[in-house]
Amino acid sequence: MSNDTNPVVTMRAISKRFGAVLANDRVDFSLQAGEIHALLGENGAGKTTLMRILYGLYQADEGEIQVHGRPVTINSPKSAIHLGIGMVSQHFALVSPHTVTENLILGTTSRLPLDLEQAHAEVSAVADEFSISIDPRAIIRDLSVGQRQRVEILKALHRKARVLVMDEPTAVLIPQEVEQLFSSLRNFKDKGFSVVFISHKLNEVMEITDRVTVLRGGRVAGVVSTKDTNPTELARMMVGRPTFGVTRKVGAGQEQIPALVLEQVTTLDNKGLPALKEVSLVVRTGEIVGLAGVSGNGQTEIAEILAGLRPVTQGRLRIFDRDVTNAHPQAMMAAGLGRIPEDSRANIIGQMTVAENMVVERLDQFSRRGYLERKAIRRYAEALITEYQIKASPDDRMRTLSGGNLQKVVLARVLAQKPKVLVVAQPTRGLDVAATEYIRNKLLEQRAEGAAILLISEDLDEIMQVSDRIAVIYEGQILADRAAAGATPEELGLLMAGVHPG
Amino acid sequence: MRWQIERLPAPVWFRAVIPVLSIVVTFVLTSGFVLAVGANPIEAAYYFLLDPLANPVRLIEVLVKTTPLLLTGIAVAFAFSGGYWNIGVEGQLYMGATAATAIGLQMHDTPAWLALPLIIVGGFLAGMAWALVPALMKVKLKIDEVVTTLLLNYVAIFIVSAILNGPWRDPISQWPQSPEIAATAIFPRLIPRSRLHLGFILAIVIIALVWFVLNRTAFGMKMKAVGYNLEAARFSGIRVDRTMLLVALTSGGIAGLAGASEVAGIHFHLIDAISPGYGYTGIIIATLGALNPIGVSLAAFFIGLIDTGSQTVSRVLGVPAYLGDVLQASLLLVTLAMLLLQGYRLTWRQRGQAPQDGRPVE
Repeated sequence: MSNDTNPVVTMRAISKRFGAVLANDRVDFSLQAGEIHALLGENGAGKTTLMRILYGLYQADEGEIQVHGRPVTINSPKSAIHLGIGMVSQHFALVSPHTVTENLILGTTSRLPLDLEQAHAEVSAVADEFSISIDPRAIIRDLSVGQRQRVEILKALHRKARVLVMDEPTAVLIPQEVEQLFSSLRNFKDKGFSVVFISHKLNEVMEITDRVTVLRGGRVAGVVSTKDTNPTELARMMVGRPTFGVTRKVGAGQEQIPALVLEQVTTLDNKGLPALKEVSLVVRTGEIVGLAGVSGNGQTEIAEILAGLRPVTQGRLRIFDRDVTNAHPQAMMAAGLGRIPEDSRANIIGQMTVAENMVVERLDQFSRRGYLERKAIRRYAEALITEYQIKASPDDRMRTLSGGNLQKVVLARVLAQKPKVLVVAQPTRGLDVAATEYIRNKLLEQRAEGAAILLISEDLDEIMQVSDRIAVIYEGQILADRAAAGATPEELGLLMAGVHPG
Repeated sequence: MRWQIERLPAPVWFRAVIPVLSIVVTFVLTSGFVLAVGANPIEAAYYFLLDPLANPVRLIEVLVKTTPLLLTGIAVAFAFSGGYWNIGVEGQLYMGATAATAIGLQMHDTPAWLALPLIIVGGFLAGMAWALVPALMKVKLKIDEVVTTLLLNYVAIFIVSAILNGPWRDPISQWPQSPEIAATAIFPRLIPRSRLHLGFILAIVIIALVWFVLNRTAFGMKMKAVGYNLEAARFSGIRVDRTMLLVALTSGGIAGLAGASEVAGIHFHLIDAISPGYGYTGIIIATLGALNPIGVSLAAFFIGLIDTGSQTVSRVLGVPAYLGDVLQASLLLVTLAMLLLQGYRLTWRQRGQAPQDGRPVE
């Protein structure tokens, strides 16, 4: 690139390892003055890690950082701020009972007595300079999410940042706030400031950025000028691998009847905002429906509804002919539903034993008049341990198990009940290759036996490998529901980013 | 080569040594005070810990002191096991004592076989009733039970004080204490001419029952699941609210029983100071006993022992009785500090050698 001659920030061959995971693998990154630079990639691609290294939250294992051509060591956010680098993370670090000004001067002033009037004036001046509308005297807790984000940006600017790292800034915003944010970002750019825009939303990247660095699996998959590329190309760079080497067995052949039916299901998230908007979905016997999407688009809420943990505010939920809308988890299980939760480690009881965790969902089967049948529990646990090749004894505390073995326990607990409908959320996240294959094969086995399976996953490879049909969820709505055969990662990647092809 | 402290569970032998080590450290730490009041620290240690065990009369007295502690300790441990932070055992005890007194005062024409069960059940129900409101507030409105149960302790104590200064004021002495309960309502002695009473047997039975419920019943597994991981319990289809309510009420009932046992077994009338903080000591006992019924029994006995010992020390060595409180408090602090050490391990290793269980630091 011709304008690559005088970068503000240069990161060279950055590597960072967390245990067995190589989060950044010799990543090169450069940022020009007056540029909005997208850092694009799937979850876990290493975007945030790279920027946390730049902001001094992590230290790189290898590699070099230069600011204005000078090699620097950034070992804390303080030194990053000193170099003019500011970061606005997804989770705001604001003191909510305090005012905007108090938050801004927190930690930057040691003057006594505190002259709040002067501070208010200073904050107003900075806000005016960058055309950010905010009242310095407003209390944080009265502000909307978009306004809080503006306070975070202002905080960085108040500390004389000339490089602003924004970590998925639009994830928490409503469309109008996104527009306002984009106009602020353009304003910075015109003033010669630089912005790093971390995202996985392709249309936003296309709209606001000048250049794109794509990360995949901790490595740079490509650096392109935004004007020379298109969403399809970016999606392919982001997802990688255009073809897949696994051929699935043909369908079970028996008659397929609707087993799990969602009819215009609507629900709210924990903040009371709509998380699912009239979602309709049918999973038939002997079929795997993959629900693809970028995290935070309603997948967690669907899984929780189907686990009986989150109330449906509108719509119906059926398992075969049984209406299970807002039914108790036990009633859902009695109707033939098996659930593999999104975060297995959070949904087992670590201090209890493997055997106890295997029976805790079905204690009525393992107790007589309230008295535990301990021999039966033990036999059952031993049988499952053998059948599912779990490396543990029935008396081991659950928390001592490895991720793969833990997931096998959860799988065994569910499959042993011979469920007719399975809801499986992120079943292989964080597992090694062998355990991943084991779990996927078990799912295919269940499908062959006629189970209806809803596979919720952020791993597009996984979805494409095992699904018969693929539905894409984006911002609480199903954007597509199509046969898996013939689906391409580019097409799905676009849908996951909320872009309708054609 | 160097010594290194790692975050690993301490070896098993070390855990066994903790109580002994705690005692030694405590006596070393407090020996300055003992010397300051002109007594011999080793002699003091003897009277504190060994003399009560060597003397049958005093050993029985230790068991008398242990009785209410067993009940409050297991009441707290049961609640904590089910994830319900009942800090209100003190107040529930006072309510149990009040109900037991009210019943006992009416039993003059009732035979003991009826009066005793009535007083026991009455105390239990009164403790349950006092636990009901915060439990409902927790389950229905998600109001933190730590605050509500704690504050209700003061309400209970003031209610008792009001009753004692009003309707129940002793007509003869004019002291703020109730008239004596009927003789048929008094707990029988287990050993003649001692103060050891039926309450001790009740406490042992309750401890055994709690052990059984926790380890052998479906309900016990459910309540432990709720206590360990609320979300996972909910995911498993356990009716979390119902389980927690039952746990809270049972805990309150056991606390109420402690109050009834003190009235019917020791005092025979209601007084302001029916409990010198047994409810709060119960929290310490439950914690020291790791919420385990056997651990709770040992911890209760140990606290009962120091309590008895402190009286002997003050009498024999002529030191202030408060020294016992100082020792007791120091011992608890030291033991809690020692328990923290369980999570660490000191190893001697050569430079460059990888830790045994190296987890990445994020």
